[in-house]
Amino acid sequence: MRIFRSRPALVPTLLLVPGLAWLGSFYLAPNLQMFASSFWSGTLESGFAFSLANWVNYPNALGTYQEQYVRSIQYGFAATLLCFAIAFPLAYYIAFKAGRARSVLLFLVVAPFFTSYLLRTIGWRTILGDESIVLGPLKFLGLIDDGARILDTPFSVVAGIAYNFIPFMILPIYVSLEKIDRRLLEAAQDLYASSWGAFRRITLPLSVPGIFAGSLLTFIPAIGDFINAELLGNPGTAMIGNVIQRQFLVVRDYPTAAALSFMLMVLILAGVTLYGRLLGTEELTSKAI
Amino acid sequence: MGVAQRIVAALGSRVLTVYAAMALVYLLLPIFMVALFSFNDPVGRSNYSWSSFTFDNWLTLFRDPTLVKAVGTSLRIALVSTIIATTIGTLMAMALVRYRFRFRKAIDLFVFLPLATPEIVLGASLLTLFVTLQIPLGELTLILAHVMFNVSYVVVTMKARLSGFDMRLEEAAADLGATPWQTFWKVTFPLILPGIAASAVLAFGLSLDDFVITRFNAGQVQTFPVYIYLKVQKGIPPQVNAFATLFFVATVSLVAIGALLQRRRANLKP
Repeated sequence: MRIFRSRPALVPTLLLVPGLAWLGSFYLAPNLQMFASSFWSGTLESGFAFSLANWVNYPNALGTYQEQYVRSIQYGFAATLLCFAIAFPLAYYIAFKAGRARSVLLFLVVAPFFTSYLLRTIGWRTILGDESIVLGPLKFLGLIDDGARILDTPFSVVAGIAYNFIPFMILPIYVSLEKIDRRLLEAAQDLYASSWGAFRRITLPLSVPGIFAGSLLTFIPAIGDFINAELLGNPGTAMIGNVIQRQFLVVRDYPTAAALSFMLMVLILAGVTLYGRLLGTEELTSKAI
Repeated sequence: MGVAQRIVAALGSRVLTVYAAMALVYLLLPIFMVALFSFNDPVGRSNYSWSSFTFDNWLTLFRDPTLVKAVGTSLRIALVSTIIATTIGTLMAMALVRYRFRFRKAIDLFVFLPLATPEIVLGASLLTLFVTLQIPLGELTLILAHVMFNVSYVVVTMKARLSGFDMRLEEAAADLGATPWQTFWKVTFPLILPGIAASAVLAFGLSLDDFVITRFNAGQVQTFPVYIYLKVQKGIPPQVNAFATLFFVATVSLVAIGALLQRRRANLKP
């Protein structure tokens, strides 16, 4: 395309402007606004006043809700580990053993995204219920106590979070496994490596970028989640997301809520930047989906 | 390979297959539950435990006007935001894949950031902006929000599709005297159409199902997920499951038809 080549800087600029304007107005500006709001005092009813002296919103918010922050990180961590344990063998199977069924299996992995997130989470209430297909038989066989329950415990919250975000773990791991040059594995076999040795020395190291991207993409939404804690947990499993949504939508204490969300954001940005430094942003974005 | 090693390898592969099958069951079981309970005839208000089979919920799909309105609102917002997000996202992806310019890497990272931000932060920060600017919450604010999070998904999906594009096809068209405009519509667009369609289906699904960002910026408007959320305490009517199943079947059919069409086209090539 001659025109495209003669004006190299103009064309990409024109292509980028609408998207950048949209993200600037509705992603960047809101986050800056939220940062500014964290220095407010007052409520929606009484009106807000800005002062740098209101930086105390931060230590106050952190002091009050430290427990929920810690719990979010714990649950997020546990859910990410659980996702990895389930996702890696499945991704490995799809990449190396599935043959022609590969694209169908990949579709099944993203299939949960096509049904309502809330209804699927509520579906777990039925599956994990006190007399359900999971607990019922165990109780019948006397393997567990009749009063034992999974629902409304930290376990059901973590299981729900893991379930909701596991496709974000499977897909990047699959992509990195699928890219591995099969000749490397053949060479290892020719050189008398055991299949475990080949896995440990070739497959696993080469899938590390996928594992990293997957854990990040699972961990980030996991620590910000509040649906699972609300629908599958009890008041003692409240996460920082539950606090933020309550502060914004019920209490309407915007300054505290803004300080809380901004701290969450900073925590995550620090993680992403560190990771970007380690592997390069190109890697990060291309492996994301 | 020794006999023992061979046995271990065979066992390992069997275990892997079983494990993978179990993982898939884990992924798909809740979807099955959603569909199954659309055929349940619940005793009482809550639809959590199975009582008896019925087609009633499907026959009375449109019984609750609030639910029908919520579904309509969701579909409208999804349609508008998908069209806008797919268009501006595709343009961005083309710029990022095909051109080398200053700040390209920075823009790449910037576009990725919304995907690396928890939904609750996206929703909450937009709410603070709208409240500060005194923009009334409603369908308009929801469309603005849905386009925002969908643009990033479209860019990432389209970038992956565009990076395999053979630029020589465009050069050939230009050499044969086609104007850039003709080249775009006759060569480039048909080739990237499957990618655009895939991004659009993804964006539509994400918009239809979004709850967190929507909850913050909906005001009094009820979308399908908001309707479900508000009904959790009082009991979710089984018609909700029927609608969700309908959406699932529709999306799966769309994706399957798309895949079949693409395969047929691939087979037509020499």
